[in-house]
Amino acid sequence: MKRSLVPIVASLAGAAVVALLIFGVTHSAVSRTLDEAVQQGRRPPAPQATTLLPLLDGNGHSSLAAYRGKVVVLNFWASWCPPCRAEAPQLQRLQRQLQPLNATVLGVTYLDNAPDSLKFVRQYGLTYPNLRDADGEYGRAAYGTDQLPESFVIDRRGDIAKISRGEVTPEFLQLALKLARSS
Amino acid sequence: MSRARRALGAVLAGVRTANPAFPAPPALATPTLAAATLATPVLAAAVLATALFATAVAPTAPAGAAVARTSLPAIESQVMCVTCKIPLIVAESAQADRERAYIQGLVEQGDSEAQVKRALVEQYGPRVLALPATHGFELAAYLVPIVVAALAVAMLALLLPRWRRRARAQALVAGGAAAPLSPADAARLEADRARFD
Repeated sequence: MKRSLVPIVASLAGAAVVALLIFGVTHSAVSRTLDEAVQQGRRPPAPQATTLLPLLDGNGHSSLAAYRGKVVVLNFWASWCPPCRAEAPQLQRLQRQLQPLNATVLGVTYLDNAPDSLKFVRQYGLTYPNLRDADGEYGRAAYGTDQLPESFVIDRRGDIAKISRGEVTPEFLQLALKLARSS
Repeated sequence: MSRARRALGAVLAGVRTANPAFPAPPALATPTLAAATLATPVLAAAVLATALFATAVAPTAPAGAAVARTSLPAIESQVMCVTCKIPLIVAESAQADRERAYIQGLVEQGDSEAQVKRALVEQYGPRVLALPATHGFELAAYLVPIVVAALAVAMLALLLPRWRRRARAQALVAGGAAAPLSPADAARLEADRARFD
């Protein structure tokens, strides 16, 4: 090996390590661009709306895009998450109010095994549709999900109107209802 | 045989025992001094790297072998808590507890280790496995360290003799270009030489 090649190879190896570190750091942090946009009064389009996820009951796949034209309360949850248990009855009540208004709650289970999720659905008598985000990549990459439960009110055009990271508040539920009634 | 060579031999013997498919090359079985200078470390690293890679990608049980039942602790050490991103065996969280309960259920119904892992991947995705997959992009997790180690050994094997030669040459040059003797020393040297002649 020529002497001049050594610094080149060493530099390339160093650059590769730095690139690997940058990749690792950028891929381990969740994005909050949706929250910033909503806080500024804008309505960013719901990301990855056409991504197909398996239905929790195992009967095929669906996506957010299948609910275009409806007001959707997208709710990420898991059976092992105590605040999710606390808000489940509220979301089911909301679902009963939303249904006649051409609106729905759409649950997405996050890093939860299907038998536990189904048991949860039965336990709380949830009637709204639920999808599975088995490895959590959909919620994490598209919505920056990292603290369950998380909910997003999506208007009839498919744009995000409100975000709740944590258990839903009465104000959040009211806004969802108001949006469904007014549009 | 040096202590380092004996240690290397022991390591290779262990690798040979664990991997009969990779017998030691003759050069390593009866090493000569010439082979030891350059070829042996490189060859040894290559054999070690190949053996480690083969161990990593080899199936855990031969096809047709009896499927042994597994246990929760055996699985716990091989999978991750998917929310805490640490091995399940040391994880303390609500999700980890549910994951354990799910595994326990599978173990109790008589599933093998492979079946439990498959079910876990189905429920939580491939990242639930503590070890990266042995195919696709994740294969890089096994290959990159081996390639880097082999390159490092190869570079050292190439550069070390060169550095030593250069250092020796520099020492010779430095010795040749020593400061001239003082007149007194020169006179004493001449006297000594005359006495010995």
